[in-house]
Amino acid sequence: MRLSAADLLRTGASGLRARPLRVVLSALGIAIGIAAMVAVVGISTSSRAELDARIARLGTNLVTAAPDDSLFGGKAKLPQGAAARAEHIDGVRRASEVAQVTGVSVYRSDRIPEEESGGITTYAADLGLLETLRVRMAEGEWLNAATSEYPAVVLGAKAAEQLGVDRVGPDTRVLVGDEYHSAVGVLAPAELAPELDRAVLVGWDAASDRLAMDGHPTTVYVRADPERMSGVRDLLGRTLNPQRPHEVKVSRPSDALQAQEAVDQTFIGLLLGLGGVALLVGGVGVANTMVISVLERRSEIGLRRALGATRGQIRGQFLVEAMALSALGGVSGTVLGALVTAGYALSQGWLVAIPPWALVGGAGDPVPIGALAGLLPAVRAARTSPTRALRAG
Amino acid sequence: MTATVVSRPQHTPPAAELDGVARHYPGGVRALDGVSMRIGAGELVGIVGPSGSGKSTLLNLLGTLDAPTEGSVRIAGHDVGALSDNGRSALRAQGIGFVFQQFHLAANVTALDNVADGVLYTGLPVRRRREQAAAALRRVGLADRAGHRPHELSGGQQQRIAIARAVVGDPALILADEPTGALDTASGEAVIRLLRGLHAAGAAVVVITHDREVAAGLPRRIHVQDGRIAADERPAHTGAGS
Ligand SMILES: Nc1ncnc2c1ncn2[C@@H]1O[C@H](COP(=O)(O)OP(=O)(O)O)[C@@H](O)[C@H]1O
Ligand SMILES: [Mg+2]
Repeated sequence: MRLSAADLLRTGASGLRARPLRVVLSALGIAIGIAAMVAVVGISTSSRAELDARIARLGTNLVTAAPDDSLFGGKAKLPQGAAARAEHIDGVRRASEVAQVTGVSVYRSDRIPEEESGGITTYAADLGLLETLRVRMAEGEWLNAATSEYPAVVLGAKAAEQLGVDRVGPDTRVLVGDEYHSAVGVLAPAELAPELDRAVLVGWDAASDRLAMDGHPTTVYVRADPERMSGVRDLLGRTLNPQRPHEVKVSRPSDALQAQEAVDQTFIGLLLGLGGVALLVGGVGVANTMVISVLERRSEIGLRRALGATRGQIRGQFLVEAMALSALGGVSGTVLGALVTAGYALSQGWLVAIPPWALVGGAGDPVPIGALAGLLPAVRAARTSPTRALRAG
Repeated sequence: MTATVVSRPQHTPPAAELDGVARHYPGGVRALDGVSMRIGAGELVGIVGPSGSGKSTLLNLLGTLDAPTEGSVRIAGHDVGALSDNGRSALRAQGIGFVFQQFHLAANVTALDNVADGVLYTGLPVRRRREQAAAALRRVGLADRAGHRPHELSGGQQQRIAIARAVVGDPALILADEPTGALDTASGEAVIRLLRGLHAAGAAVVVITHDREVAAGLPRRIHVQDGRIAADERPAHTGAGS
């Protein structure tokens, strides 16, 4: 006579109901392992979704060209008008340039000692820079034809923080060199040009008139047709500096973001491995619980045999019990892992992205582990001699 | 009490037949040796004898929980030695009910569900099992305790629950190993009355007892000593067991 699936589940669960504390403790191992794995997958998926969205927003078609410092000890320069030349390359949509202004310090006011303003760079920027880089304004406005000729300045995100400027008004001023400039705006973080975050930007004409900027750009930013990227990269050096094309270093800033994904992948593999070890330890815990349970319940086994249970039915009961125990750990671990993911992702301001396979696998994978863990104890239970089992009671 | 002997049809096989049965344990223990006997369908038999004489061993052989080292055991006409382990399980599920000294009730499970477990392995759906369990509880006079758990019941009530579990599938053979051993006199008497009632309803009942008074009231007494049948008292007036 076979037991129905419902009866098999019922007998399997009966052993668990009788010892709730032990059930919780031995399911905990599995739950921790599964929670760790689900959280690792969930958090990395959420972070990747976030990064993908960022890369999509920023575009992978930005190319930068800069003089190759390694050849001339930082003294290499791009020729004047480099951006305008770049715009003539087939496949270039727009190009902008900045020129670093040397020998100029930036302060909030002349009362602040020099050492507190360290590390803020001054750049001359052309008016199209904002659009080429796709950077938003966090505050105020970008330079325009008028302000680019006057002592006006736009602050990079970190520079604004450092200078203590969080909003700009008519009388917000910073000292650039020995002249006060009015701060007209603050940039949001420039993800593809992080060098601008710790900088202040002045208009091209103002920089050459008042700050002795020499007109040689230090970086050219180029937006290209995505399909023609490689052609643009090949031509850029030759076009910007026909005499010394090898002195131009061409790179793609979005590569750094994409490399970050690859780094994530190896780290995730390591964390998943650790989760797997926890799961294995959890499985051993379940096996241990089942061995003890079979020893303790010999009289129950004897009774069931007396009531007509076959060896197979006893084996099935303990197997189902072990699988139910593991499934309990799997389901609670999955819930825990999902909550951890959601909590972490939301705290980072990300979207919560957990792949469905991770949820299904987290809840379901422990079941075969439970079957494996319960196999030996179940076989031993089935082999128990009913008379001796009843004697033990 | 009316000594009702249910007359089963002529062809009904004896409840149990033992022929030259021995049960030895490793280490030279001869728990049973050279036992031949026959228990008729619907008979009520007491097994008596000193502790360690082999009574439980004999009962386990009758219940197909154990196999003889020598000789043959037939239960309800089936040669137990020729049955597979699953066949013996089926025989126990359908035809044999056990009552133990220690009750062996599941803690934290209601009386009704404990009794229903008596037919768990018969293939009946759960609703039928519960219905039959409710009827069996009525038979032992504990219908009002269906929802109680074992720890809420007295020892005597627990043993009656265990009896209900043994009879819920209406087995032809009921085996009780010192069912009153853990009970006070009054509860023990109630249990024996129940077993008599089951016999009256047609089942063969074999009960091991240490209680002289209980034994004296039984229609047949088998005395076991050192693994052998020392005496088989069958007072003439009962005439049971063919
Ligand atoms: N599993 C076993 N292994 C070894 N010896 C056993 C086993 N079961 C019973 N015995 C021995 O068999 C003899 C009969 O035991 P038992 O049938 O339980 O006696 P009773 O029920 O009459 O007290 C005893 O000597 C007992 O020690
Ligand atoms: Mg005994």
